Amino acid sequence: MKEVSVVVGGKAGDGINSAGAMVAQLFNHMGYYVYMYTDYPSLIRGGHNFALVRGAEHQVGASNSRIDFLIALNQETLSVHVPDCPECTVVANGDLVKSPQGGQTVPVNDILKEESAPPITGNSALIGAFAKSAGIPWNIVEDVFRRHIPKADENTRVAHRAYDLVKTVNPVQILSERTHSLLSGNEAIGLGLVAGGLSHYVAYPMTPSSTLLHFLAGNAERLGITVIHPENEISVALMALGCASAGAKTAVGTSGGGFCLMTEGLSFAGMAEIPIVFVVSQRTGPSTGLPTYTGQSELQFVLHAGQGEFPRLIAAPADPGEGYLWAAAAMRLAWKFQIPAFVLTDKTLSEGVYSVDRERLVALPAAELLPWDGTGVYGRYQDTASGISPLAFPGRKDAVIKVNSYAHDEEGITTEEGTLVIRMAEKRRKKEAALKEELARYPCVNVVGSPDATTALLCWGSVRNACLEVATELGLRVIQPVVLSPFPEQQFARACEGVKKLIAVEENATGQLASLVRERGIVPDATILRYDGRPFTPEELVKKIQAEMSP
Amino acid sequence: MTRNLVTATQNTWCPGCGNFAIQHILKDVLTGLEKDGKSLDDIVLVSGIGCHAKIADYLAINSVYAIHGRTLPVATGLKLANPNLTVICCAGDGDAYAEGLDHLIFAAKRNIDITMIIHNNRVYGLTTGQYTPTSPLGFKGKSTPAGTTEYPFNPLELMLASGATFIARGYTRKIPQLAQLIRQGIDHKGFAFVDVLQICASFFNMTDYYNQKIYDLAGHDPGDFAQACAKAREWDYSRDAPISLGLFYRKSFPTFGDRYPARDLTPAQKEQQIRDIFEESK
Repeated sequence: MKEVSVVVGGKAGDGINSAGAMVAQLFNHMGYYVYMYTDYPSLIRGGHNFALVRGAEHQVGASNSRIDFLIALNQETLSVHVPDCPECTVVANGDLVKSPQGGQTVPVNDILKEESAPPITGNSALIGAFAKSAGIPWNIVEDVFRRHIPKADENTRVAHRAYDLVKTVNPVQILSERTHSLLSGNEAIGLGLVAGGLSHYVAYPMTPSSTLLHFLAGNAERLGITVIHPENEISVALMALGCASAGAKTAVGTSGGGFCLMTEGLSFAGMAEIPIVFVVSQRTGPSTGLPTYTGQSELQFVLHAGQGEFPRLIAAPADPGEGYLWAAAAMRLAWKFQIPAFVLTDKTLSEGVYSVDRERLVALPAAELLPWDGTGVYGRYQDTASGISPLAFPGRKDAVIKVNSYAHDEEGITTEEGTLVIRMAEKRRKKEAALKEELARYPCVNVVGSPDATTALLCWGSVRNACLEVATELGLRVIQPVVLSPFPEQQFARACEGVKKLIAVEENATGQLASLVRERGIVPDATILRYDGRPFTPEELVKKIQAEMSP
Repeated sequence: MTRNLVTATQNTWCPGCGNFAIQHILKDVLTGLEKDGKSLDDIVLVSGIGCHAKIADYLAINSVYAIHGRTLPVATGLKLANPNLTVICCAGDGDAYAEGLDHLIFAAKRNIDITMIIHNNRVYGLTTGQYTPTSPLGFKGKSTPAGTTEYPFNPLELMLASGATFIARGYTRKIPQLAQLIRQGIDHKGFAFVDVLQICASFFNMTDYYNQKIYDLAGHDPGDFAQACAKAREWDYSRDAPISLGLFYRKSFPTFGDRYPARDLTPAQKEQQIRDIFEESK
């Protein structure tokens, strides 16, 4: 396989993310599929940060420890990463790195002085030098700079100076002229929400969901949406429910800790049948945990959050393409069934950057909300065969629209009368049945890798990408439920047909998906778990899976 | 079309409850608004949880019977999503001053165009008699049988400090004045706060005390912030003092919604923007 891996390292505040994104675009313009993982501690300045960019000839969504190039913005980068890759090609900032381990250095300050360029353009010198050391033709470098850097002239001049100063030592092959969209999971989910009709997004900052807030706020005007950042997550959930009660398609975003504060709003949405989409991006818990690292420990929390019983949709995409499609579907299904819907992601997917081939995304079915036809007396909770009540919003002529968190009758008036309470509980149960029926038309469970293999990896969310890479190498089946509630029993049973050994792979300490399928009578034979906040690497998974498979 | 503003729902407030007065006043205010050309279809009442909140069941207008402490975020969402709506919140003192105090301060800070009516009976009624943030020092409730050991909030002072642009206090036994204050609050463009001294017939009946202490703010200039502060501090909701009623403070100021531009794109325009962002990321 043709592939290449680059680490860009430096201290927080050095612009590692943007430098990594430029390297990713260079490979993109050489025809590679790329994946970028960023690793950073929870602080603003100082501390070691790095971006790992991997390019490959097929879709990738995980990284290995192999490093071909090391772009060092400081000396620490070398001491941290060189022990793992003694053979890698080093390009370093000559002003800060005194012993470049046989690599080439760039006199960044001299270049900036000669070009009268501001310090912010310094990383462009490193990228220019890296491109030359990798033998990337100048026209590709220039094209990427012009497309992706504001004030491209200055940066391009700086990059060109460095490009001319160093030698090509480790040429990387050009694969094709085909480029893909490079999107983070949060960007794709944001675009998906808008595709699903989003008009209002409400959020309080919390890593790793904050970049979704930033992306939607930064693009609010061009996307025609309103973005609100209120006082806390309690207000976020309730404000969103207020927006939705006025007819605005609304989503909120947070991580585990913020979602704790939203659970009373979630339960209100369940009882009052208010459509809302929650984007929950997981990080390592419990409590504050590891704010900037990944995890999959909120599945059981999101499944059970909120007092009482009510239907909810939970979709856990594995990559930005699925994130885009399922965010749109979550919005449409929330409105069709008047329920809370979740897009459950994690730090790896939310902040990772991936190649996305928009043309190859297969649109999920459309789902329209049920409007009130204006006849008779309006009842917000009118009981119907499907349990779905026709929708009208305040401002509608001659309708009294009563939304209620108490047990209520069809008109939304509080009741404590037993038979009515039962009937309305059954109304909500009918919606769940109708939702299940609707979801039968959706690809709720992905089967990838070798679909006929008798050994299968069971996984969910971003872990699918490492699993698929390993399954391709070892000839295994991968079973990835995207929809986790209501659980797609039939599709899941079909996906498991012929499986003799089922190995659950999850980034939590207890095997939460394994528990969920066990409740449905399918017992995984083994679990491989990681919970140090770092995503699985394919090379580590291969060893662990082989150990499980050996007799 | 004039509609019957009272639902057929059985009323379960205690005899003599101050909530009857507020319901009656709101009914009159709504009728007045309709007479002045406002469609009742464009009005939404948001209530919290507590005795006050049953008003959502009793008034036949659009309502969100929300959860304890959360009237204001819901109301803010409604108003932002549809600026054409007139949004009125009815909240209790436990609701607005305890469980949801953060939202109250932020609603005032934002100057969201909402009217907030606090049914301030200074006791939790529905949970059968515990102290609230406005109960006087030493209040003996079921959770504080030896008497509270903390001073109450002065909600008017709190609202003055938080940026509310309409601050008034009324009393459930001064019906014409209270009706006028609520109507003025609804007509005010911005965050209108009306603290209503309401007696709780079952757990904290202050009728005689209030009747003795209240007086009308006369000759007070509601545009004078310093004077409003002085008047608000006259009674601290605990010590014995004269209790003034009326409009303490009013100022004209841009609202939260004013600063949010309306954004209407067709689905096709949104689709095009999405397509463009995919392209730009190549």
